[in-house]
Amino acid sequence: MSDQDPQNAPKGPIGRFLALPPDSVGKTIFVAVAVCLVASMVVSSAAVALRPAQAVNALKDKQINILQVAGIHDPDVDVIEAFSVFEPHVLELATGQFSDAFDPATFDDRAAADDPATSQALENDPAGIGRLSDYVTVYLLRDDAGEVDKVILPIHGYGLWSTLYGFIALEENGNDIFGLQFYEHAETPGLGAEVDNPRWRALWNDARLRDDAGTLQITVAKTAPAAGDEYHIDALAGATLTSVGVDNLIKFWMGEAGYAPFLENLKAGGI
Amino acid sequence: MAHKRKDMLIDPLVDNNPITLQVLGICSALAVTSSLQVALVMTIAVTLVTGFSSMFISMIRNHIPSSIRIIVQMVIIASLVILVDQVLKAYAFEISKTLSVFVGLIITNCIVMGRAEAFAMKNPPLDSFIDGVGNGLGYGLILMLVGFIRELFGSGSLFGITVLPTVNNGGWYVPNGMLLLPPSAFFIIGLIIWAFRAWKPKQVEEREYKIQTMEAH
Repeated sequence: MSDQDPQNAPKGPIGRFLALPPDSVGKTIFVAVAVCLVASMVVSSAAVALRPAQAVNALKDKQINILQVAGIHDPDVDVIEAFSVFEPHVLELATGQFSDAFDPATFDDRAAADDPATSQALENDPAGIGRLSDYVTVYLLRDDAGEVDKVILPIHGYGLWSTLYGFIALEENGNDIFGLQFYEHAETPGLGAEVDNPRWRALWNDARLRDDAGTLQITVAKTAPAAGDEYHIDALAGATLTSVGVDNLIKFWMGEAGYAPFLENLKAGGI
Repeated sequence: MAHKRKDMLIDPLVDNNPITLQVLGICSALAVTSSLQVALVMTIAVTLVTGFSSMFISMIRNHIPSSIRIIVQMVIIASLVILVDQVLKAYAFEISKTLSVFVGLIITNCIVMGRAEAFAMKNPPLDSFIDGVGNGLGYGLILMLVGFIRELFGSGSLFGITVLPTVNNGGWYVPNGMLLLPPSAFFIIGLIIWAFRAWKPKQVEEREYKIQTMEAH
């Protein structure tokens, strides 16, 4: 474009500007600004245009994970239809009671955790989550008789690089773990990302949270705690910090600041 | 000209392959070759990014000041990679989850920068596009080869379809677990480079030193 012959000399201010040598100061600044502007417009319009499709995918992925952690995922059944067996509730963590103040269909856990009106900054924050929402969405699965069969509780906490978001499924006694699964994280592929490994996830199956005295015993560690094997999840090889993160987050969420009041109610049969 | 363009597309496949001859883009080749499906998506993504980034850079090559040319190239490449990442998240969510960080890492793939700097800065847009696509395909060819070996012998399947039933699932094949780990790709790529250079001895690099011969007394 800049190799013009004499007959075709640049015309007008734009043509003269384009014909400037690329290394002149004005041209350098112009090119830098123009490239950045065009690139940012392309990126932001793509992000905005594709967001609805991405949101649908993210929601579907979350629902599939809830189905999987409850052990009822069937790839052949439509996700939305299969998901309708769950009974979503907005839970007030402090009281362990369901709240009617919010509609579970539209309640956004992560937005609530950022909103000062519905969340608290944590002083004692082993899970590294910064703010704890007062309310979370939990899912109940009832058996044919209408009795609570499983509860699926959202959990999250910091691993090595990222916050791990997942669900834990508990049996109706609020103490036996049915499964645990993370649906969003950015841990090291091959090491920390092995939290997604089905074999490791299977270790959670049939583990227990509390001993008979009611003390929280569940531990993710390389060796079993004194309390016994049923409270032990073997840590991931080569992923010490991710394992410590999972250990912290499970202890935090199952503890007093987390779901302990709700699990008490569940055990007492008040749900 | 048409003949030359065809060569530009075919050359990087074997004769001037970015992985085996230029030895670029090895890091991502280790990471995304444990299964063929992921390798294929990565191939398509890299081919598109290399082709279009070369084309766009070539279109403005006469206006890029040499003092900031690398940054300008990076901005164009990075925008295209983000675009690919967003499209994958919207239309191929599962695959985008498996590829995780590696889509973003296409930005740092030496092949994309290498073609922008070595070819697109000096050649017209269409040629640059073809050159970029050719190099992306050359990269993809090796990716698919490595992915084929790793998935077949590492998990006994191809594109997720079981070929060798593994012991874990009641079959007879004992999978080679090492092939699922990144280091195995190093060995396989090394063997492929060996095979390519044995087939085309012209690709063997000259030694940078000469062994001195002792003078006879």
